[in-house]
Amino acid sequence: MQTLKRTEVLKDALTHYCPGCGHGIIHRLVAEVIEELGIREITIGTAPVGCAVLLYDYFNCDIIECSHGRPPAVATGIKRIHPDKIVFTYQGDGDLAAIGTAETIHAANRGENITVIFVNNAIYGMTGGQMAPTTLTGMVSTTSRDGRGQHGEGPPLKVCELLSSLDGVYYLERTAVSTPKDVNSTKRAIKKAFQNQIDGKGFSLVEVLSMCPTDWKVSTAKAVDFVNNDMKEVFPLGVYKDKS
Amino acid sequence: MKKIHFEKHRCKGCGLCVIFCPQKNLRMSEDLNDQGLSYPEEIDPACCNACGLCFRMCPDTAIEIHPEGVKNSKK
Ligand SMILES: Cc1ncc(C[n+]2csc(CCOP(=O)(O)OP(=O)(O)O)c2C)c(N)n1
Ligand code: SF4
Ligand SMILES: [Mg+2]
Repeated sequence: MQTLKRTEVLKDALTHYCPGCGHGIIHRLVAEVIEELGIREITIGTAPVGCAVLLYDYFNCDIIECSHGRPPAVATGIKRIHPDKIVFTYQGDGDLAAIGTAETIHAANRGENITVIFVNNAIYGMTGGQMAPTTLTGMVSTTSRDGRGQHGEGPPLKVCELLSSLDGVYYLERTAVSTPKDVNSTKRAIKKAFQNQIDGKGFSLVEVLSMCPTDWKVSTAKAVDFVNNDMKEVFPLGVYKDKS
Repeated sequence: MKKIHFEKHRCKGCGLCVIFCPQKNLRMSEDLNDQGLSYPEEIDPACCNACGLCFRMCPDTAIEIHPEGVKNSKK
């Protein structure tokens, strides 16, 4: 058995995330993968607008802050100018699947050789719990007071299923961070998504179902149950595309 | 022998480690850390087999696992 402690790819900073938020777990997994692949010095991250907006305060690698929803466009530019660098985006569901839908779909369709980490917590976390494209049917948010679906909001957007039809996409997997097994699977998927880029394979996206206890207004334990029981039913885990 | 070290100043008291410890060896402290929050403590250090599940679930990298035992300087 090995010693387990914070990787050097994460700064010593205390994060601003709420207690029990999945962002912290996902940060650690991305950082551990960057360390294990030995790519810290050539990695450039693109940060979203959303709770992960301060990504550059937490990672010991280059991070650029993007306009809301634009990380795939910014990452495209960086990767094309610096094809020898490893470029990833880290985005929430509002960022990637609402305001940034166009950037996401076109970067995927072009088959940009980038790695996308998509944190699906079914809500706009940062702004206080408004409905996201991924909010579940019947789920109450500050902008779906009667539960999503009562007033023509439509059903939740399934990003992996949607992108799987695009020829440009190389790898798509949906995972979670709501059990230790899911955390380990997420790390494997993230590692694969980075390795694909190193190997020049093209667009890889990992969608991670994550907890937002604060805006779901539940305890940590209930948030974990919500991912495991409700979210996994609407967003089944698994590999949605793998061209390897 | 103590195998878990809690960086208690990093802890936000979410309790994910307590929920997922397969030995049910963790509980939240009576004492509060500098942020005014309960943090995890072991019930019986002999129960811990250094599996690392608490480390994996911690969103705040507040847990270290030392299978060979936590050094004395880290109480
Ligand atoms: C152009 C623009 N429109 C709207 C906003 C307000 N805004 C900030 S974060 C956010 C959504 C964040 O949700 P998500 O991407 O799911 O991230 P989370 O906080 O849940 O991780 C919105 C709408 C903004 N900052 N800029
Ligand atoms: S609002 Fe939600 S997503 Fe944002 S830090 Fe808090 S728990 Fe995490
Ligand atoms: Mg969100």
